[in-house]
Amino acid sequence: MFKFFEPNKIFQITSKAPKYVLLLFIIVLSIGLTEALFLSPEDYKQSDAVRIMYVHVPAAWISLGIFSSITFLSIFGFVFKNKNFFLIAKSLAPSGFVFNIIALVTGAIWGKPTWGTWWAWDARITSMLILLLFYAMYLISWRIYETEEKVFKITTFITILGIINVPIIKYSVDWWNTLHQPASINILSKSTIHSSMLYPLLIMTAAFALFSLLIFLMKYNTELIKIKNKGLDRL
Amino acid sequence: MINEIISMNGYGSYVLSAFSFTLLSFSALYLITKSQFIKEQDKFVAKFGSLNSEKAKSAKSQRINKEILADATNN
Repeated sequence: MFKFFEPNKIFQITSKAPKYVLLLFIIVLSIGLTEALFLSPEDYKQSDAVRIMYVHVPAAWISLGIFSSITFLSIFGFVFKNKNFFLIAKSLAPSGFVFNIIALVTGAIWGKPTWGTWWAWDARITSMLILLLFYAMYLISWRIYETEEKVFKITTFITILGIINVPIIKYSVDWWNTLHQPASINILSKSTIHSSMLYPLLIMTAAFALFSLLIFLMKYNTELIKIKNKGLDRL
Repeated sequence: MINEIISMNGYGSYVLSAFSFTLLSFSALYLITKSQFIKEQDKFVAKFGSLNSEKAKSAKSQRINKEILADATNN
């Protein structure tokens, strides 16, 4: 059923892909940065401080997306006893972790000129901090547990617990009174953000997604070579 | 003109530090991941070099091993 996911087949693609993804990332990022820093308009209320949105929002979106993917991959890996799903999940985690840090730090930088504070125990910020802790626990588990079976069980358990936090992050602005405004971009209903700001935001999101793909490919290739190194020891 | 662009109506230090932090994080993660990859690749090449001809032949029969070696020599 999962023959396509066999490492030997995937490596043919993943070993060659990083250089093309890197090139594409540089092109998209250059366009995104030009749009975000120079071409997009300033906000009538926040003035130029709004430009921080172009790094803060994509970073938050991608860190949430990666954590959700890690959870589903871990559950699939566990249910179908497929080690490769765990490898894919493990390779996705570092970029998700870094994007989570970027979201928190750029959020703090944005908070100072707009809210007058670097940090507040607001529902959205606190739940993002909790997500970072889940990412940290997930990554640490891979380092401290040596037996595969144990690490698969523990990382799956961490992701299942952590995924409960994802809808809390998403709906925290609706459920509680927070400093954050409600979502301006909606898939099912009309977005309240103007296209002159939406397009740069989408370009930056594409650039960030390409970067996480690049890191994933490099990390996944490293993991496969690690396995092959162990294989050479057994010869 | 340049001062105006950098100042961004007084928000330049916030905007530029947020973008700089993001780009620095990207660079750090890329470099760390790349160095880990090169380290494992070098380990593989060294281990492969230490195999006797029979074992090397058996290892080379796997396509993925051949690709790792080819990739290492290209880099």
